[in-house]
Amino acid sequence: MIDEIPIPSEQVKLFFMNLPFSKFLGLKLSRLGDGKAVMILNYRKDLVGDPKTGVLHGGVITTLLDSCCGAAVMTAGDPKTSTATIDLRIDYMRPAKPDTTITAEAICYKVTNSVVFVKASAQDGTKKTPVATATGAFTSPF
Amino acid sequence: MVPKKHLLQRLLAHLQVLFNLSGNLTLLKNHELDQFKKEILETFAKQIPFCNTLGIGFDCLGNEITTHLPFKKEFIGNPAIPALHGGVIGSFLEISAIIQLSWSIFLEKKNNGDNFSIAKLKEESLILQRLPKTIDLTIDYLNAGRSIESFARAKVNKIGRRYASVSVKTWQDDPNNPFALASAHFLVTNSMKL
Repeated sequence: MIDEIPIPSEQVKLFFMNLPFSKFLGLKLSRLGDGKAVMILNYRKDLVGDPKTGVLHGGVITTLLDSCCGAAVMTAGDPKTSTATIDLRIDYMRPAKPDTTITAEAICYKVTNSVVFVKASAQDGTKKTPVATATGAFTSPF
Repeated sequence: MVPKKHLLQRLLAHLQVLFNLSGNLTLLKNHELDQFKKEILETFAKQIPFCNTLGIGFDCLGNEITTHLPFKKEFIGNPAIPALHGGVIGSFLEISAIIQLSWSIFLEKKNNGDNFSIAKLKEESLILQRLPKTIDLTIDYLNAGRSIESFARAKVNKIGRRYASVSVKTWQDDPNNPFALASAHFLVTNSMKL
C-alpha cells in the first residue's frame, strides 16, 4: 500500500512550502524536524485586520500557527499519511507590531497512534511575551 | 486602498441624503431599510483589508448576517483532497464573528432610541469604526472544507460591559451540517458602544 511508505522530512518541508494558501500569505518554513517547526510570516498591508492600527488580522496569525503545528506533527515520527487539524485554540495576548516579521514555533508534546497534541507561539521580536499562543490536537499520521 | 476617512465621509454623506429624503428611518419601507443597512455594512466591511483579500461577501436579512467565502485555488491547504486550509476556515469564522458582533452592537445602540436624527445616526455609525479585539478563538474542524463556496453565520451569545461571547458555524450545502465551528471571546470597550 502506498500509504505505508514513510514520507521523508524533505518532502514534508516541500509540501508545506508549496501549499497554495501558504504561498498566498507568503509563509516560509525556516526549521523543521523532531516534532518541531519554525515558520515565518512577513508583514503585508493586505493582511491587516484593523486599518486604524495597522495590526495584522487574527486570521493571518491563526493560519501561521495552524500551518506551523501541522508541519511539526509531520516530523514527530515517520508519517505514513497526512494530518488534519481536529481542534485549535488561539489566545491573542497582544497586537503584533505593524511592519514586523512574525515567527511561529510549534512543538509536539504528546504523540499517540490516533492524536498528536501540539503547542505553538507567535513572536514579533519586540517583547518576551508572545503575540499569540495556540494549543491544538491533530489526527496522527503515524 | 481607499483611506478610511474617505469611506466614513461617503457613508455619512449617504446617510445625510437618505435622511433628507425620508426625514425619519421609520418612514423607510422594509426593502429600503434592508438596502440601507447593507450599504452601511458594506462600507464597514470594506475597511478591513484582510476581509477584501479573502473576498468575503455577505447578505443581511433582518439583524442576521450570512457571510460568503468564495472558493479560490489559493485557499487550498491539502491538495490531495483538495481541502481548504485550516487557516482560511479560521480566518473566515473570525471575520464572520467580528462583523456580526459589530453589527449587533450597532443595532443594539440604534434600537435604544425611537427617534432618529442624522446627528445621532452619524454618531452611532462611528461605532463601526472601532473593531472588537479578539481575546481567544477555539476552532472545531469537523470535516474537510471542499473546493466550493462556504457560508457562515455567527450567534452573539452575550455582549457584556467589557467582553462578548460569539459562536460561529460554517457550512457548504446544508446549514444544519456545518464543516467547522468556532467559539470566540472579544474585548468590547465602552468607547465602542459610545
